[in-house]
Amino acid sequence: MEQQSRQAVPRLDSDFDRLNRDWYIDKAVQVLVFLGGISAIVFIIGIFVFITKEGFGFLVGDFNFREFFFSPNWRPTSENRETFGILALIAGTASVTGLAMLVAIPFSLGAAVFIAEFASGKTREFLKVTVELLAAIPSVVWGFIGLAMMNPLIIKTFNVPVGLNVLNAGIILGLMAAPIMTSIAEDALKAVPDRYREAAEAMGATRWQVIYKVVLPAAKNGLLGAVLLGVGRGFGETMAVLMATGHSINIPTSVFDSVRALTATIAAELGETAAGSSHYQALFTIGIFLFVVTFIINLLADLVVRGVRKG
Amino acid sequence: MVIAPPQGVTTTERPVKLGVAGLRIRYGEQTALEGVTLDVYEHEIFGVIGPANAGKTSFLKAINRMDMFNTDMHVEGQITFNGLDTRKVRNVYGLRRRIGVVFPLPVGLPLSVYDNVALSPRLRGEKNRAELDVIVERCLRRAALWDEVKDRLDTLGSMLSGGQQQRLTIARALSQDPELLMLDEFSIAVDPVTTMRIEDVLKELRQEVTIILVTNLVQQARRLADRTAFFLDGRCVEVGVTEDLFTGEVQDQRTRDYVDGRFG
Ligand SMILES: Nc1ncnc2c1ncn2[C@@H]1O[C@H](COP(=O)(O)OP(=O)(O)O)[C@@H](O)[C@H]1O
Ligand SMILES: [Mg+2]
Repeated sequence: MEQQSRQAVPRLDSDFDRLNRDWYIDKAVQVLVFLGGISAIVFIIGIFVFITKEGFGFLVGDFNFREFFFSPNWRPTSENRETFGILALIAGTASVTGLAMLVAIPFSLGAAVFIAEFASGKTREFLKVTVELLAAIPSVVWGFIGLAMMNPLIIKTFNVPVGLNVLNAGIILGLMAAPIMTSIAEDALKAVPDRYREAAEAMGATRWQVIYKVVLPAAKNGLLGAVLLGVGRGFGETMAVLMATGHSINIPTSVFDSVRALTATIAAELGETAAGSSHYQALFTIGIFLFVVTFIINLLADLVVRGVRKG
Repeated sequence: MVIAPPQGVTTTERPVKLGVAGLRIRYGEQTALEGVTLDVYEHEIFGVIGPANAGKTSFLKAINRMDMFNTDMHVEGQITFNGLDTRKVRNVYGLRRRIGVVFPLPVGLPLSVYDNVALSPRLRGEKNRAELDVIVERCLRRAALWDEVKDRLDTLGSMLSGGQQQRLTIARALSQDPELLMLDEFSIAVDPVTTMRIEDVLKELRQEVTIILVTNLVQQARRLADRTAFFLDGRCVEVGVTEDLFTGEVQDQRTRDYVDGRFG
């Protein structure tokens, strides 16, 4: 009985188990895509290793943590004693970025709400294209506007001796960051499903109530992400702040003080230093600092956009 | 102001909550619904049945003026609410606040459970926390959801299960203190047990509010509705006492075919 049923089973065809062309193509594509995917990580690590290596001698040798972070004196070429304190530079970058956000947040949020919630059809498309165009303006052009237009304007309006200062750079940087922030904020608002709006509207919410009570809370992660990205942008911007801040070392006490930014310092001085000198290595240490801070800000932005942070 | 009940209805002297006359709805050039003339009385459950694309949802949208959001949608004819022409009300938000809507798919707004239910009172300007607490608890209880969420009122409404979200939607609609509650195929995304619980809630609500129940389940209309309209292919084929549609006289044979499940 058992014998019989065993014979009745047809021979199994195992011919399918060959590594044919399709299999190799599939494997090859997998490898290529994987390489593409990790290349970003490789580059990031590569860059980090490079700047760390260049700044390394300073970090293990002359580096004085207290002086570096808490001294306002950046005197890399002093005859009797070189000082590498970046406190004033941090203050410069922070004050300009802070003011830039004060300018950019209302502009970009307002623009995003208008584009996403009020504008329709052609107006919408036109505005979106315009915002993208604005985002594509090179930073040197913004710097030029700061130098050639804002400078005399500030001198005349506020009757101050110099117009290259926190105010100038903050406004320039704010206008610069606003388009990209608008784009991202608008994406966040658009990602709020229409059924939420419909549900609120059906309850008799006015248009403003719908935006204020439902859409903005629903999009708050994305909006916060947009702001953090703007902050990251402000932190990393070099050319425009180099041109508009006045580039003088100062811990600002008013918006009319000239300041100097971390990035601008690297850009202005790196070309004049001897490779491997303390000055050179200190500039790279600033680079490491910028890298780490920007990394943290972007990471935060990313986490916030994804809503990993609860609430 | 009350519009006189239509001719032929002598058994009830109930006031007309919603009067519809010569309603026609079109999207662009395409007519979605036409020839609808009917009255919905105060404190009744008025069923609307019919196959997909019959125009049921469009009917509800016309009532609370949701056509305003769709430039394609045009509404002709007359719809009165409490005797007032809804086309002519100046404050459409005020109108909508008196009409609660429950959509086919539950919409738990991405706010906390509490804020979902407190939203409508807050839109009205209620700020007193104690007052809001009372409203939230009452509406959640009435929607048969309180016991399940009372310990986690601050979780996101959109995190609840589908059936819970649908009851949350109902609680939110109730928090409007509506005079008219419109439900559009509410049981589509809800399990049978929850459906039964919501049906029980609706039976109780009948004492206080007028209900329009659009449903794709004819038996649900039979269980709940006092009177029922049958929509088919953009026309109102029949309006009558619900039980008559199933067992009594019908004006149109297609009505009987539909409720008996012979098509649709
Ligand atoms: N937003 C819309 N734009 C264009 N046509 C629509 C729209 N909504 C519904 N319709 C059309 O109107 C008709 C009735 O739809 P609907 O009211 O949703 O019916 P039901 O709810 O009974 O399924 C359908 O033919 C549908 O295609
Ligand atoms: Mg429908």
